[in-house]
Amino acid sequence: MIRSLIASLSLGIAALAYPATAGEEEVVLGLSQDRVAITATFDGSEILIFGAVKRETPIPDGDPLQVIVAVSGPSSPVTVRRKEKKFGIWVNTDSVLVDSAPSFYAIATSAPFAQVISDTEDLRYSVSIERAIRSVGAAMHIRGAQDFAEAVVRIRENRDLYSLRENTVAVDQQTLFRTAIDMPADLTEGEYKARILLTRSGEVVSHFETDIDVRKVGLERFLFALSREQPFVYGLMSLAIAIAAGWGASAAFRLLRNS
Amino acid sequence: MQIYLPIAEVSVNAFLLLGLGGIVGVLSGMFGVGGGFLMTPLLFFIGIPPTVAVATEANQIVASSFSGVLAHFRRRTVDIKMGVVLQIGGVIGAALGVVVFNYLKSLGQVDLLVKLCYVVFLGVVGGLMFIESLNAMRKSKRSGGATPVRRQRGWVHVLPFKMRFRTSGLYISVIPPILVGVCVGILAAIMGVGGGFIMVPAMIYILGMPTKVVVGTSLFQIILVTAFTTMLHATTNYTVDIVLAVLLLVGGVIGAQIGTRIGVYLKAEQLRILLALMVIAVCAKLGLDLLLMPAELYSLGPAGGH
Repeated sequence: MIRSLIASLSLGIAALAYPATAGEEEVVLGLSQDRVAITATFDGSEILIFGAVKRETPIPDGDPLQVIVAVSGPSSPVTVRRKEKKFGIWVNTDSVLVDSAPSFYAIATSAPFAQVISDTEDLRYSVSIERAIRSVGAAMHIRGAQDFAEAVVRIRENRDLYSLRENTVAVDQQTLFRTAIDMPADLTEGEYKARILLTRSGEVVSHFETDIDVRKVGLERFLFALSREQPFVYGLMSLAIAIAAGWGASAAFRLLRNS
Repeated sequence: MQIYLPIAEVSVNAFLLLGLGGIVGVLSGMFGVGGGFLMTPLLFFIGIPPTVAVATEANQIVASSFSGVLAHFRRRTVDIKMGVVLQIGGVIGAALGVVVFNYLKSLGQVDLLVKLCYVVFLGVVGGLMFIESLNAMRKSKRSGGATPVRRQRGWVHVLPFKMRFRTSGLYISVIPPILVGVCVGILAAIMGVGGGFIMVPAMIYILGMPTKVVVGTSLFQIILVTAFTTMLHATTNYTVDIVLAVLLLVGGVIGAQIGTRIGVYLKAEQLRILLALMVIAVCAKLGLDLLLMPAELYSLGPAGGH
């Protein structure tokens, strides 16, 4: 009786101690840029993410260290609509509200995804693309509600907004790692999150988060802000430009014809 | 050179937009139409969100109509009084159109509405124009191009609230022009077109206006209606993309001047048949998209509405 109590107690201590030893491996991170400026000629960006694993103790035995790098854009609810044939034409009918889907999501891993992280750990840290999308309130009365969440992934993968690239994180000596994340031209602005997870045999041993600021700058910033904050002024300005351009074109070509 | 459009939030090739503006400009110069009915679907095809395409196109039409109407003012071929009456109707119609547009946007049916409008109107107008110009061609072969002048005296002339339109030489009720204005205003708001392709036939066949003042007056009317539409879209939907508009404009005005020169070498009937064929082609493409099973059944939109 007492022996079994001691046994379970020591088991408990072992379980408690486990994260502490795991915590001895920590991420020291570097980014090639911690802000992305969307200018008028912006056509995508590549962010280099590199770092080292800091540890006080020797490299543990067993499976080698694996690294996952996930960069996600700001999340927002998305309405997904499905077309159906009605009266001979294709019409939007059913719609499902996906509570939260990131506008951008790129994962890079150092080995095939299933090997670097176990399913339970994936569930806990919401790493995979499917887990990063939340659709709790999917309506039950619509058949194939799951298809709608899959459609979000498929459509955004086709537009290079979502990607899973396995074996693209290079790990040296279980200590140095680096990867490059491509960001497409069609970015929405906001706070992007870069997450780095270190895993051993599918268990997360350390994770680290940092922000990447994606902002429109210069003229783009000015026009966007004006259109939202002073829509009336923005509208008048669009009209003024249009009328000036129309008048200018007419005057210019009249000069050309007369000369 | 890629350029990032601040409102549409997509990156497109600047030369592609200049080129599109140019091609549509050439066509509009050749045929004397605004080109909105071609430009808006083309913007859909290159991936501009339909709401942005419609709103921005309205802004671009302001520029091209303004450029065009100046020449007509110099030639005194604008019936300002008729234009103002049409504008009153147009502003009412545009307001109605934007309300319908925003309501259907919240239901997720706006793409369908816009495309259906295109198919129906382009189909009808293209078809009528094709038949009419075929007949005109046959007639001009027989009788050396003398077209009979015929003034309609129908229901338009029995309505109350008559008004004299001196430039057009008309004494008619203001109700039909206002109704025509309302219809064109609705179309301008929903389809992102100037509505010249509806307005010009309506002026000739319903109002009985003389052909020489029709184009100038229609351009004059379109300026105010599209300007009003631009303001409505800018303040309620925030979908006017000024960068996109400027790029289309630059290509458009240059193209229009080239198109006008080309147009001189073609006969009026040939021009109209070409235009009719083009209208029917755009209509057929949009119609097929509705009839054939799309490659992607799902579409994404921002939350809200319902």
